[in-house]
Amino acid sequence: METEVLYSNFKSEEYFINMGPQHPATHGVLRLLLTIDGEIIKKVEPDLGYIHRSIEKMCERDSYQQIVHLTDRMDYLSANINNEAVCLAVENALQLEIPERVKVIRTIIGELTRIASHCLWWGVMGMDVGALTTYFYGFRDREMINDIMEETCGARLTMNYNVPGGLMLDIHPNFVNRVKEFVAHFKTKLPEYDRLLTGNVIFQKRTVGVGVLSREDAISFGASGPVGRASGYSCDVRKHHPYSAYDRVTFEEALRTEGDTYARYLVRIQEMWESLSIVEQLIDNIPEGEHRVATNAVIKLPKGEYYQKVETARGELGVYIISTGTKNPYRLKFRSPGFSNLSLLNHIAVGGKIGDLVATMATLDLVIPDIDR
Amino acid sequence: MPLRITENIHNWLFSVMPEGVASLVEMTLIAVVYLTIFAVAGLFLVLLERRVAAWFQLRIGPNRVGPQGLLQTMADAIKLLTKELTGTEKADKFLYNLAPYFVIISALMALAVIPFSAEFHAFDINIGIFFLIAISSIGVIGILLGGWSSNNKYALIGAMRSGVQTISYELSVGLSLLTMVVITGSLQLSEIIEVQKSGWLILQGHIPAAIAFMVFMISGTAETNRAPFDMVEAESELGAGFHTEYSGMKFAYFFLAEFINMFIISAIAATVFFGGWLSPFGITESIPELGVFWFLLKTMALVFLMMWFRWTFPRLRVDQLLTLEWKYLLPINLVNLVLMALLVWLNLTLRL
Repeated sequence: METEVLYSNFKSEEYFINMGPQHPATHGVLRLLLTIDGEIIKKVEPDLGYIHRSIEKMCERDSYQQIVHLTDRMDYLSANINNEAVCLAVENALQLEIPERVKVIRTIIGELTRIASHCLWWGVMGMDVGALTTYFYGFRDREMINDIMEETCGARLTMNYNVPGGLMLDIHPNFVNRVKEFVAHFKTKLPEYDRLLTGNVIFQKRTVGVGVLSREDAISFGASGPVGRASGYSCDVRKHHPYSAYDRVTFEEALRTEGDTYARYLVRIQEMWESLSIVEQLIDNIPEGEHRVATNAVIKLPKGEYYQKVETARGELGVYIISTGTKNPYRLKFRSPGFSNLSLLNHIAVGGKIGDLVATMATLDLVIPDIDR
Repeated sequence: MPLRITENIHNWLFSVMPEGVASLVEMTLIAVVYLTIFAVAGLFLVLLERRVAAWFQLRIGPNRVGPQGLLQTMADAIKLLTKELTGTEKADKFLYNLAPYFVIISALMALAVIPFSAEFHAFDINIGIFFLIAISSIGVIGILLGGWSSNNKYALIGAMRSGVQTISYELSVGLSLLTMVVITGSLQLSEIIEVQKSGWLILQGHIPAAIAFMVFMISGTAETNRAPFDMVEAESELGAGFHTEYSGMKFAYFFLAEFINMFIISAIAATVFFGGWLSPFGITESIPELGVFWFLLKTMALVFLMMWFRWTFPRLRVDQLLTLEWKYLLPINLVNLVLMALLVWLNLTLRL
């Protein structure tokens, strides 16, 4: 880092400190075992398992419709995108023809979820670097999306809106108007985010050049989502392997090359703008049609292996299903973005201060249930 | 009016008791009055902070207990009083219990020399400014003791940061006030205010005074350990910092002391830069009773400024904090001091 110890008359001693499982900066029950020399981080070892619920094992017991419900509880901030991943995997395996209407609605809801997730992240990011006010600004805007979700499917956080074959319900008649209202509202509020935090000198001092991740490391650690893109690694699943309606919208993949905390921050801010533009492109032309195609009540996937990946707010979520032709998967593996993003924490946090670790961790945007499952 | 009441009490006390006892009783009475001010001001400032924070954060803030939530902090204080005092087994009991008193007593002692108005001024000692600077640095001993004796690593890191921070920023607080003392030629607070009858010092000293004021507010915020310099209890990094292991009223002492210190820093700034209890341009000079009002108005404006800092700025990192002090504020301050000396020497100060 910028302060280099040239010589020291004092014998310093490394010590060990527990950060978590109950700690404000870990946003959940993540435990970090820190080895510190004064304030300088020497080693970070994440200790997982405090919220492990064996979701993957439960999937082997459940039917495919039931599995969708479990995915809400993984990355609860992009619950709807998780649902979509499993539904897409099942639909592709069954080779179902999904109505256009469903694809468009899924895309809109997915992007709204992404904005909601980034709003929360932005608030928490500010809080982690000490600006408490951002939290409330982020939640104000997230609240509007939650209200839209509530009206659409009855739930605010764990939506369960997708089912294999389409959507559980058709959209509410107010949906289009309310989404447009939100887009107009958020377009005036997003510059406010920049005024409050992005341009702040202290914030830039805290983030620029902190926790630098090179492109090579990003790829070798399996970083995805904003974390990978901030290091210049073009890894947007929506762009490279379009699903749902992403092939018919134009949007820019937020890419930066600096790879530091500030770059990760800017990537997420830009993603919010891109998501808004995607929603705007689709909201006026939702095709008419069915909101769901009929599937068998008991879905049995043909024997084989299936993989589907989607871009959640945190990165690439992969669903890998091995089916033996029964009503349950033989094995279902989630490739969660948070897990690989956490794995690089030690790599980028060593040498920084405790404050740097907190800021870095905030831009990795960890959701612990996603990592532990 | 206030003068007459206190004088009457003074005369009555000395008429009914021997001299030594009377002055002891008098001192106790003054102390009781100041303790009351201390408690009320602390509680009021906590409430103000919460309302201001709510205002910044699109919330309403406490508004249920009493009219407009006025009794909220009172209720909180009662809750803290009735709470069990928990502590750690391995704490150094003596120092652990002693630490809160260092913090609260130093804050209280500083309050004693603050000139609320011409008459409402407990001790007008001739080294007023010096006394304030000296006393306000005693509080850090309490924080260091608290952090050390809690036997908690988070508390220790917090205390360590506090030591580093307060010792560094002490210099800037002292030097920026010293810059103003060059104009006044006196350390006595009543003298300093007397000088400002021909214009507030921030106007008299124009450029160097404005710089000194900015430096003072920055380093004053740092010395009270408030955001953006709240390294000491950076909650996202250290949990609660040095007072992690404190509970109940001991915690409340640290908490109240923080707010009183904020009040004291603002009060010093109001006194030294903005004429203390003097009215702007002497508009109410004929009514000296309004002195308290003007003093509190100025102080509250500065308190609000400090709250504004807190609720809009992110927190600095600990090394950046030291960089700011040693590489920027201190050199600026030293140059500023010379500039002010030149200004006074060449008689370039503005006087009405």
